[in-house]
Amino acid sequence: MAEWSDQLMALTVLAYLAAMVCYAGEYAFGQRSRIGKAAARQLVGAGAPAAPAAEENTPAKPSKGEWAGRVAVALNVVGLALHLGTAATRGIAAERMPWGNMYEYIVSTTLVGSAVWVGVLLRKPVLRHLGLFASLSLVVLLGAASLIAYTPVGPLVPALNSYWFVFHVSTVIISSGIFLIGAVPAAMFLIKNGYDEGKRSFPYTLGKRVPDAGMLERLTFRLHAFAFPLFTFGALIAGPLWAEASWGRYWGWDPKEVWAFISWVVYAAYLHARATPSVKRTVATWIALLGFVTMLMNLFGVNLFFEGLHSYANAG
Amino acid sequence: MTVVEDRPATADAPPPRRVNPVWALLRNSWRQLTSMRTALVLLFLLAVAAVPGSIFPQRSVNRENVSEYFTAHPKLAPVIDRLGAFDVYASPWFAAIYLLLFTSLIGCVLPRLRDHARALRSVPPQAPKRMDRLPHHVAASPRPEAPDAAAQAIARGLRRKMFRTRVREEGDGSWTVSAEKGYLKETGNLLFHLALLSVLIGVGFGHWYGWHGNRILVQGQDQGFCSALPQFDEATLGPRLTASDLPKFCLELTDFQSTFQDNGQPKSFGATVEVTEDGGPATTRTFTVNDPLRLDGANINLIGQGYAPVLRYTDKYGVAQTKVVPFLPTDLMMTSEGVAQFPDANVDPATNNRDDKQQVGFEGVFLPTAGTDGSAASRFPALDDPVLYLSAYRGDLGLDVGIPGSVYSLDRDQIDSGRLQKISGDRPQVLRPGQSWTLDDGGRLEFVEVRRLATISLRHDPAQVTMLIGSVLGLMGLMLSLSVHRRRIWFRVLPADDTDTGTGGSVVEAGGLPRTDHAGFGDEFAALTETALARDHDSEEGKS
Ligand code: HEM
Repeated sequence: MAEWSDQLMALTVLAYLAAMVCYAGEYAFGQRSRIGKAAARQLVGAGAPAAPAAEENTPAKPSKGEWAGRVAVALNVVGLALHLGTAATRGIAAERMPWGNMYEYIVSTTLVGSAVWVGVLLRKPVLRHLGLFASLSLVVLLGAASLIAYTPVGPLVPALNSYWFVFHVSTVIISSGIFLIGAVPAAMFLIKNGYDEGKRSFPYTLGKRVPDAGMLERLTFRLHAFAFPLFTFGALIAGPLWAEASWGRYWGWDPKEVWAFISWVVYAAYLHARATPSVKRTVATWIALLGFVTMLMNLFGVNLFFEGLHSYANAG
Repeated sequence: MTVVEDRPATADAPPPRRVNPVWALLRNSWRQLTSMRTALVLLFLLAVAAVPGSIFPQRSVNRENVSEYFTAHPKLAPVIDRLGAFDVYASPWFAAIYLLLFTSLIGCVLPRLRDHARALRSVPPQAPKRMDRLPHHVAASPRPEAPDAAAQAIARGLRRKMFRTRVREEGDGSWTVSAEKGYLKETGNLLFHLALLSVLIGVGFGHWYGWHGNRILVQGQDQGFCSALPQFDEATLGPRLTASDLPKFCLELTDFQSTFQDNGQPKSFGATVEVTEDGGPATTRTFTVNDPLRLDGANINLIGQGYAPVLRYTDKYGVAQTKVVPFLPTDLMMTSEGVAQFPDANVDPATNNRDDKQQVGFEGVFLPTAGTDGSAASRFPALDDPVLYLSAYRGDLGLDVGIPGSVYSLDRDQIDSGRLQKISGDRPQVLRPGQSWTLDDGGRLEFVEVRRLATISLRHDPAQVTMLIGSVLGLMGLMLSLSVHRRRIWFRVLPADDTDTGTGGSVVEAGGLPRTDHAGFGDEFAALTETALARDHDSEEGKS
């Protein structure tokens, strides 16, 4: 089982990589064909009751880019299935939830991110243009997990053997996954916004084919507003409850705890900034991206740089 | 977009005659401090200020790492220590940031609390004159009833949907219905911010009135522990506590259970203790890693385990002393280091003179399961084949100097300076339980038995439960704040003045205003107006 998991992992990365290439292909070839028109329609229709779709009958033979995009989405879904398989076989091999060490933690977090991404994609096909960046981040995170953090299957240390483990880790994984994928529309909003303001230098040129900035900004907010209470529960309530039962103190400023606190404060600042009329939406979104950086720091940095102070993060 | 209303200008304040500049400055600073922008900046500062605590070792987390840092960076360490880098979360600058933030929070929340209390008692405001200016609008469409009946019916429907409504009669025979919903958003938001405040107060209270300590508890009646301050290996009392405030209880470790995987990974630990509280009868209790022993006024957590060999040394005069020596585990397989020191050995019974040069110490490792190749590393963490590898020393142990040294190794200075000399060979002596070892001077060391030991942490935080309740309430507030949306809907019902609808009919117009960013409002508005207007379903007119 453990080997299956490792092989599925390789396949998962390959599938995401292939999806990434196809997304990029669509990006390169794609004209603002159907997707573009659909985007425009959706925007006009926003707010008012949707007008009956009158343009559905445009025959429009799918272009090369269009095909690339469809294949990309299909590959993305295949990648998600393989990813799920990776986590599941790993869990079966270890006879527990696959959340026992840094490697498994990243696999599970990115799984949630990927699932949320596919879910968003199904509800808003317009966002397919973000696929390149979503799959890029999945490939990078999974690749890093395999190269830096790989740990052979093992049982849990007794401290992890608790029902709080399930509450704490599952909520933190789900919220981190959503925060991570929330950074994609956040970054694209900034790029698109810059493009709309007439910037034509490198990252902004990527904004050319990206859907409406306002929609990206709202999506960013909704993902973050959903993940924030979940993270609050997982990291700041369930975590301390477990720490109290296990280590005798609910909060001890261990590096993991420090960075969870920092992420929480930064995301709270994002929600504040967004609610403050005098703060520009671009500024608020930068704060969300800063939050993403702090999450990465907790996911990788704390485990790598501050080793020794806390052993449980790689224990397993 | 979120609408944050300006606070009502203090219109009723008397016109400023002679503005006291000090007062004006104070008032301005207070306004600045309680603005959202300041809150934002302070949140940022808080995040940034927390970073060094993960880079530098913290005294509150691990004192030994701080000492190591001092040894490794002798120049830098004292400098950054003065800046509070090893006590970030207790440093004045960290405190300054969060105290300012919470002052800002109070200054922000109190007026909002007052405004919200007012808003909860107020009625939804009058409909705007031009409804077509609102973000959502349905143009006039007919309804069969007379205006007042129609307005009442519409209001009833809205009330059923939990809207707060107000029906007003206008002078010109028309009626309006104002409806508003989503007050829970602000309620939740205030609850969340107040909960943050309660958690901060809880942290402070727990710090003042709480205490914690550590202790290595070795199995056996002679190794029991009672909760008097000197009996802790290490203890910290909150500033408002004295030693007499500690709860009174005694513990004796009677049994320790542990199971391991084949690869040596621990599977489970459990400690069984005899507990007496306040001099009452002894009870037997068991606690494990994730399930602490909860006594009245103290929680006891199991945080580690190990072994304590029992050694009896009979000196050259035939005087015997027995020591239970806790060894410090150094690896997964519980290879443990330790030292047995007998400073009172070799006291001549005839003269009763203590000879500093005749003290005896043993240093070495304990292996719960001896290696097959004779190496000094344990093969398995359980007591399968316990063995001690010891070297013997004689001389001055250096215990009287007054510097507390490690309890797991001999004083290196004494050995290096030759005041303490190794008297055994190059290879350490191997001892199994029951075996003994006779030294060159006729002294004899006997390895009596091995006992288990548990490292326990003892703690009491009187604010813990209150804080948990506070944070759960806060979370509920947060969820309300983020999921509820404040919105207003108005209907204006005019008498139908033309003939084709006949007498008594009315014409209804509606408008809607989402007061916070809310994707679903369009659909909700459409559904509400659909039922309220009971319109002809094929008619597309009226859609904007
Ligand atoms: C102690 C630090 C603070 C934290 C962690 C915090 C956190 C939050 C969070 C997470 C939200 C989002 C909830 C929502 O959007 O409804 C929020 C909203 C809000 N906070 Fe704070 N806050 C803090 C301090 C303050 C202070 C000092 C002020 C006043 C200056 C303030 C005023 C507000 C307001 C007015 C909102 C509502 C925004 C809206 O309408 O959506 N907060 N706060």
